Amino acid sequence: MANVVLRNVRKTYAGGFEAIKGINFEVGDGQFCVLVGPSGCGKSTLLRMVAGLETVTSGEIDIGGRIVNAIEPADRDIAMVFQNYALYPHMSVYNNMAYGLRNRGMPKPEIESRVQDAARILELGAMLDRKPRQLSGGQRQRVAMGRAIVRQPKVFLFDEPLSNLDAKLRIAMRVEIRKLQRRLNTTSIYVTHDQLEAMTLADILVVMNGGQVEQIGNPLDIYQKPATTFVASFIGAPPMNLLPLRSDEIKSQLEGSAAANEAGLLGIRPEDLVISSDSAAGGIALDLTVEAIERVGAETFIYGSRRHEAQGVAANPGELPPGEVIVRIPGAIAPAIGERIRAVAPREKLHLFSVDGRKRIEL
Amino acid sequence: MVEHRPWNDIIAYAILTFGVFIVAFPVYLAMIASTHDAVTVIGGNMPLLPGGHTLENYYRAIFVGGSHASREPVGHLLLNSFISATGIAVGKIFISILSAYAVVYFRFPFRKAAFWIIFVTLMLPVEVRIYPTYKVVSDLHMLDTYAGLILPLIASATGTLLFRQFFMTVPDELLEASRIDGAGPFRFFWDTLLPLSVTTIAALFVIQFIYGWNQYLWPLLITTQDSMQTIVTGIKKMLTTTDELAEWQLAMATAVLAMLPPVAVVVFMQRLFVRGLVETEK
Repeated sequence: MANVVLRNVRKTYAGGFEAIKGINFEVGDGQFCVLVGPSGCGKSTLLRMVAGLETVTSGEIDIGGRIVNAIEPADRDIAMVFQNYALYPHMSVYNNMAYGLRNRGMPKPEIESRVQDAARILELGAMLDRKPRQLSGGQRQRVAMGRAIVRQPKVFLFDEPLSNLDAKLRIAMRVEIRKLQRRLNTTSIYVTHDQLEAMTLADILVVMNGGQVEQIGNPLDIYQKPATTFVASFIGAPPMNLLPLRSDEIKSQLEGSAAANEAGLLGIRPEDLVISSDSAAGGIALDLTVEAIERVGAETFIYGSRRHEAQGVAANPGELPPGEVIVRIPGAIAPAIGERIRAVAPREKLHLFSVDGRKRIEL
Repeated sequence: MVEHRPWNDIIAYAILTFGVFIVAFPVYLAMIASTHDAVTVIGGNMPLLPGGHTLENYYRAIFVGGSHASREPVGHLLLNSFISATGIAVGKIFISILSAYAVVYFRFPFRKAAFWIIFVTLMLPVEVRIYPTYKVVSDLHMLDTYAGLILPLIASATGTLLFRQFFMTVPDELLEASRIDGAGPFRFFWDTLLPLSVTTIAALFVIQFIYGWNQYLWPLLITTQDSMQTIVTGIKKMLTTTDELAEWQLAMATAVLAMLPPVAVVVFMQRLFVRGLVETEK
C-alpha cells in the first residue's frame, strides 16, 4: 500500500534529447493511474523511470514516502507487466511466478502458497507445469500478471500489457485487470496509447504529449472539459470537431460573449451535434454537405464539409482535417451523401480554446 | 513450386548419386583396405569387397601399434585427440560465452574497442601466428603437454561472435524482468541466458570439436614424444617409413577410427540442433 509521487521529473538522454520535460503528479494509495498519449510522448519512458529501468536525470520519484531514484528495481517494491510479457521461455509457469520470490530467499512453503493463490485468482491452476510457448496469448498475459501478483508489491506497473492481444480478448482482459486491481487494492500505473483503455481503466488519467503532461484528472472531467485542443482531439473517438473562430458565421452566432472574442478555436464533440432544422438559440448551427457516412449499427457517423472552410489535411494525427465536421447520431438512419444538413449544438456543450490551442476558455 | 516431372527427378538423383559416389568412394576404399592384410593392399589390385583380416587389423591398430617399435597404439592417440578436441571445444565455449556476455550486456570503457580487438583475431589463425605462439608455449614449458595442445587453439573470435549475435536476439525485457525479479548479473546469466543458449552451445561444440580433432600443424609442431601425438598426426607418421613397407592396412584402420568420434558428435548433437530449431521462442 503506497502512493507514488513524481516531483519535477526530467529525463535527458546522452545525445541531448529531452524525453521527459518536468513532470509532477501524485497517484494516491490504491488508485489506478493511466498514462496515455501518442507514440513517442514519453509515457513508457516515465513508467520505466518509476520501475528503475531508466535513470532519472533530475527530480524525485517517491514510492510510499521513500525517494527511490537511486534504488535498484528489485528493491523498489514494484512489479511490472511488460508489453511482450517477458516470460522466461525455459521456465514453467510455476517457476516464472516463483523466480522472483526465490531470488528474495522466501521460504518454499510461502512461495508455494502465493503461487497457488495467484494461479487460482487467474485460473492458471491447470497450467502451472507448462512452458510459456504452450500457452495462448491471453494465458501468457495472465502468467505475466501472476508474476506481478505473487510479489505483493506496493505498486503495479503496466507497460501496454494488452496491445499484443486481439480486440475481443483485449476487452475481456481490460475488465479483468480492473477487477483484479480493485480486489487487491494495489496502487497501479498503466501505460497505453489506446484512449478507450485509458478512459475505462483510470481513476486518474494523465494525458501526455511531447514529454509533458497536458492534463491530469478524472477521465470524465477530462472528457468533458479538455484543457487543450490536443487533449480534446486525443480523448474521444471520433475526435472532437475543432473549428477556427474567425469573423465568419460561427463567430457571429456567438456574438455577445466576451469569451468568444478572446478565443480562436471552437470545439464540439460529434455526439453533441444534433441534426435539426431549427436554429439553436444561444448555441451554434453548422450548415454541412454530407461527404461520407459510416454506419456501425448502434450509431452512425456523418462526415460533413462546411462551405466556407478550405479543405485540407489534418495538422496532427488524430485530428480532423480543416473544414470537416463529424456528427454522431444514434441509430442507422442517416441523410444521403451530398445532402445539405444543419447540425446544431447547445451552448453548454461548446468548448472554446485560445488560438494556439494551449488554453481552454470558459464560455 | 516446381512442377513435378519424372525427368527432373531422374536427373536430380543422377547428379546426387554421382556426388555421393565421389565423396563416399574413398571412404569406402579406406574401410575395405582396413580389412585386408598388408600384402593384398600393397599388391596393386585393390579388392572392392571386405577381406578377412578386420579384427586382427583393428586389434593391432588400437592396442599394439605398428610394427615399428616407436609407434604408439591408436587407442592412446584417440585418447589424446579426444582430450585436446574436447578441451578446445569446452574452453572456447567457456571463454566465448563470457566475453560475449560482457560485450553485449555491460557498459564499460572501451567496450567497442574490446569487441573489435576480439573481432580482429579472426584474421589471425594459428597458422599465421605460429612462430610467436610456439615461442610463448615453449617458454611456458608447455611443449608435449595437453595444455600446450589446447590453450593456443582456444583463443579466437568465432565463438564470441556467435554468442554475441545470439544474445542480441534475446529481448531486453527479459533482462529487465530479471532485474525486477531481483536477479543480479550472475543470476541472469546462469538462470536465464545459459538455458536459452543451450542450442547455440551445442552448435559451437560440434564445430569446435571437429576443428580441434582435425588439427594437424599445431600438434605436429609441439609434440615430440609419441605418447603426446594426436591421431591425425599419428596417421601421417605411420606412413613415413624409411626401410620398410608402410602398413597401409593399419593406417586405413586408424583413419576409419579417426573418423568415428566426430561422426558420433555430429550424430548425437544433431538431436539438440533439431530440438533447438523446433523450439525457437524467446
